[in-house]
Amino acid sequence: MTAADAAQAAAAAGAGGQGDGAAGATSGGPRGGGCRTSSRLERVLREGHFAVTCEIGPPQSSKSEGILKHASVLKDYSDGQNLTDNQTAIVRLCSLAAAVHVIRAGGEPIMQMTARDRNRIAIQSDILGAASLGVRNILCLAGDHQTFGNHPGARNVHDIDSLQMVQMVRAMRDEKKFQCGDQIKSHEPRMFVGAAANPFGDPFEFRVRRLAKKIAAGAEFIQTQCIFDMDRFEKWMRMVRDEGLDEKVFILAGITPVKSDKALKYIRTVPGMKVPDELIKRMEGAADKKAEGVNIAVEMIQRLKEMKGVHGVHIMAIAWESIVPEIVERAGLYPRPEVEVEEPAEAEVAVG
Amino acid sequence: MIVAEPKPISEVAELVRDSNHLLIVGCGECVTVCQVGGEKEVEVLASALRIMWKKDGRKGTIDTQTIVRQCEPEYVAELAKKVKEADCVLSLGCGVGVQFIAEAYPDKWVVPGLNTSFGGGTVQAGVWEERCGFCGDCILHLTGGICPIIRCSKSILNGPCGGSQDGHCELDKDIPCAWQLIYDRLKGLGRLDLLDAVQPPKDWTASRDGGPRKFVKEEAMIE
Repeated sequence: MTAADAAQAAAAAGAGGQGDGAAGATSGGPRGGGCRTSSRLERVLREGHFAVTCEIGPPQSSKSEGILKHASVLKDYSDGQNLTDNQTAIVRLCSLAAAVHVIRAGGEPIMQMTARDRNRIAIQSDILGAASLGVRNILCLAGDHQTFGNHPGARNVHDIDSLQMVQMVRAMRDEKKFQCGDQIKSHEPRMFVGAAANPFGDPFEFRVRRLAKKIAAGAEFIQTQCIFDMDRFEKWMRMVRDEGLDEKVFILAGITPVKSDKALKYIRTVPGMKVPDELIKRMEGAADKKAEGVNIAVEMIQRLKEMKGVHGVHIMAIAWESIVPEIVERAGLYPRPEVEVEEPAEAEVAVG
Repeated sequence: MIVAEPKPISEVAELVRDSNHLLIVGCGECVTVCQVGGEKEVEVLASALRIMWKKDGRKGTIDTQTIVRQCEPEYVAELAKKVKEADCVLSLGCGVGVQFIAEAYPDKWVVPGLNTSFGGGTVQAGVWEERCGFCGDCILHLTGGICPIIRCSKSILNGPCGGSQDGHCELDKDIPCAWQLIYDRLKGLGRLDLLDAVQPPKDWTASRDGGPRKFVKEEAMIE
């Protein structure tokens, strides 16, 4: 059985007992087709533009200024801004509130949600709350293990996994059902549903098959782990195309600009990351390492723009959000397309 | 079996600080097998505490008894005579044993000498490893006999997560990725098709947090 068959089989089998499996069955070709949400990101992707998303890391305090500042700039250089959910298990301003700050600044938030800290009750509750405040995109994740963060003694939750979260959010939207099967009588949350994929994790040969499972569960867009090993990414993309998965889901390739060879050497030690020697050598030899980091990011985006099946890039400039506009401009991705988004029929709370 | 580890001797000494007539109780089951609460360990601990007490100028008595199983009332009843003479009972049983002794002797102070750790087995002499999380709803037939609930650090049912690399869990190079193990085994058995179905959210009602779980086998009951 191929991965594509697997996706179909899983969908046909009811995608794990969620209703009639509509979520999986309607994962829908990336291009064309109507939008199912009033997400601007969804519109950009369905109209066939090469999308740009980026990442804003909320602060370890209740100060919102940084988020507002970054969002007010990045909204013009990207089609969506991810708000990380206590990344590396360090307590930060929550992704839902951060997403609302982004809306206040005129941006398009992609709320990240991990299964580490919340059970299915809390996740669904947060999704209802986020939708009521105008959030239209969600990225469903497992979450970094708590022992990496600043509360290693915390108990993790993992009531559901990221794939099951995708399935749940799709069922809330398309079947108007809570995970338990109860009907959402009105105002179902209409999120454009994303998931992550790591082409650099193992077992490599299963990675594409698992992507097919995520699509079967209902993932509509994928943001990948940051790419440093472009050859391996190309190999992964070939496998993705062989299974026809790029026709079923939007793939945004992850890019992280780095400021030094030291940063690359550290990233190399992070589980699930691969950094080739040549890249480290190139950074070591650079006189202006920051500038070289930007050059590398721009070159990688150029390559990704030409790669069949890649529908956009996701720029994760960790603690370096201010560099994103330069990268986007130099990669020839500025200005961003202007798209018409249908406002939700029912009046919802406007923020700001 | 239930695998337990000894509490540090300093902590144990503190737990029995106010005792003048201590009874240390061993158990002949799991904790004997994992060599932390059997007859031998009970005697070793008694000797160590006697030396500590003597050094501190204390004049208490320390008695010992090891029973077949601390998790069955009929064996716990065998402790009656010695418990009566003691002012404190230190159990080297698992958490179940400590509680069964406390339930059987409501007027006696009972303290644990072990930290009860997990359901596991012997992987090599002197090494025990977890295998079961007692979730109450076994799915090992779907995962090639390898439990993702307890062996995956995120209990993922549709794994592996993005942190799996070179067969290791993202937590530590010494922790094998459960999903790599599952993948390898199912591949070897020609049953990778089992991994294609999206596993639905688990029903945790058979697991903890519904009060103590109870199992009743009527034909085993005595009127």
